[in-house]
Amino acid sequence: MKDKIYRKIKIPGILMALYIVLYFGCNNIESDNKEIYKVPDEKEGNKKIEKAIEYAVEAPPFSDGIFPCTDCHANIKPNPERRKLVEWHDDISAMFNHDSENRWCLDCHDLNNRDSLKLASGKLLDFKESYKLCGQCHGEKLRDWKVGVHGKRTGEWNGKKEYLLCVHCHNPHSPKFEELTPEPPPVRQEDIK
Amino acid sequence: MKKENSRRSFIKTISLATFSALALSGCDMKAFDAFLQKNFKTLSKKEKDSIIKNLEIKYKKKYGKEFHVSDKPAIEGTLFGYALDLSRCVGCRRCVYACVKENNLSRAPQIHYIEVLQMEKEKGIDFAHSTAQYNPEKVPEKGYFYVPVQCQQCRKPQCVTVCPVKATWQEPDGIVVVDYNWCIGCRYCMAACPYGARHFNWGEPNVPVEELNTEMHYLGNRPRMKGVVEKCTFCIQRAREGKYPACVEICPVGARKFGNLLDPDSEIRYILENKRVLVLKQELNFQPKFYYFFGI
Repeated sequence: MKDKIYRKIKIPGILMALYIVLYFGCNNIESDNKEIYKVPDEKEGNKKIEKAIEYAVEAPPFSDGIFPCTDCHANIKPNPERRKLVEWHDDISAMFNHDSENRWCLDCHDLNNRDSLKLASGKLLDFKESYKLCGQCHGEKLRDWKVGVHGKRTGEWNGKKEYLLCVHCHNPHSPKFEELTPEPPPVRQEDIK
Repeated sequence: MKKENSRRSFIKTISLATFSALALSGCDMKAFDAFLQKNFKTLSKKEKDSIIKNLEIKYKKKYGKEFHVSDKPAIEGTLFGYALDLSRCVGCRRCVYACVKENNLSRAPQIHYIEVLQMEKEKGIDFAHSTAQYNPEKVPEKGYFYVPVQCQQCRKPQCVTVCPVKATWQEPDGIVVVDYNWCIGCRYCMAACPYGARHFNWGEPNVPVEELNTEMHYLGNRPRMKGVVEKCTFCIQRAREGKYPACVEICPVGARKFGNLLDPDSEIRYILENKRVLVLKQELNFQPKFYYFFGI
């Protein structure tokens, strides 16, 4: 008798246990992911992480008088067709070197709202958060930037730090870091008087 | 029974007579105090305060500016570490001159705490074939990489071991400092340092008054004298106030990282745990707290 009862509940029992394990296991992973991908700006109140991640970012480096874009674009009919710009923004067209084979303006700028950037998902993004846009492709750089390893940090080693956006150092239209003029070399030992 | 004419009493009397004679002759007693000053480590709080007050007065007289000299001790629970991203450094030498300015380094004769070495990518890290004299129009040059070298703040600093007068030591936060008043200028420490990180004032240091940094630390960037050794202190006057060293703040490529090795959330710890890290001349076992890493 006993054997039969055992056999009867054996399979559903195992299934039940499996289900429980899977349920909690997956839920744990999900919540872990949430921790990692939480946007830092939303972390206020979470004290432990607040200390580690604080993004006081300088304002985006716009050229003089170029922003807001709608000042001009409000009166221009949007044209979604990929083309080389000639009349306006021809300077950007000329220098553009950021996977220029496959990409053009409207891959990052929004067609209808020119004052916003656009993620690949179509979600609009403020210029202040442009690092998220860069992070779509350069994920490992974004990861290092968030922990303060990629890019420059100023401020306090143990307190408030200031970040720069990706675009402060890399021109988004031609992101290779520009060459610098070096400061003078040291005086040779034999020339010191 | 009292011995009135012993050698001891003679020396006592004669020295007393000399001192009072000097005092009466109007000689500056502060110079005496400075001459008889004890090693910084053995000074009491009161003595330190009075020495620092006198220093500030002296500097004001000499340079005509207000100075703030700090003797802030190490912050508890800190051990400073430094990391430099070799894959990013472009060799622009901005750090060298930011350091000169921040630390009131002598302009002529020239002293630099940081030496940026240019090395061939083909040869790897190879001091014998490196140069600090590179001077092209633009950096980085193709086929080269750059290794800035400064004090490596060793955990086993042999410069400290060899000092015959204990004028240099490692602070609790790991910074190796020099008491310029106690240094006798024997330069043993310079011979002991395999990184060339210590520098000797062969002449009277020369800093333009208008460029003097008035925020000073007694063990850091206060004006040095002729005949003493000095070195990088991770900008002790900044680090102990919570700020990044000047070389970190200036670096245009963000290759320089600084933080507390004892804080598991610090960027320096992240680098040690996640990046490929090396120290220079590891075989000597001086155990530097200055790490080089590859950020890419």
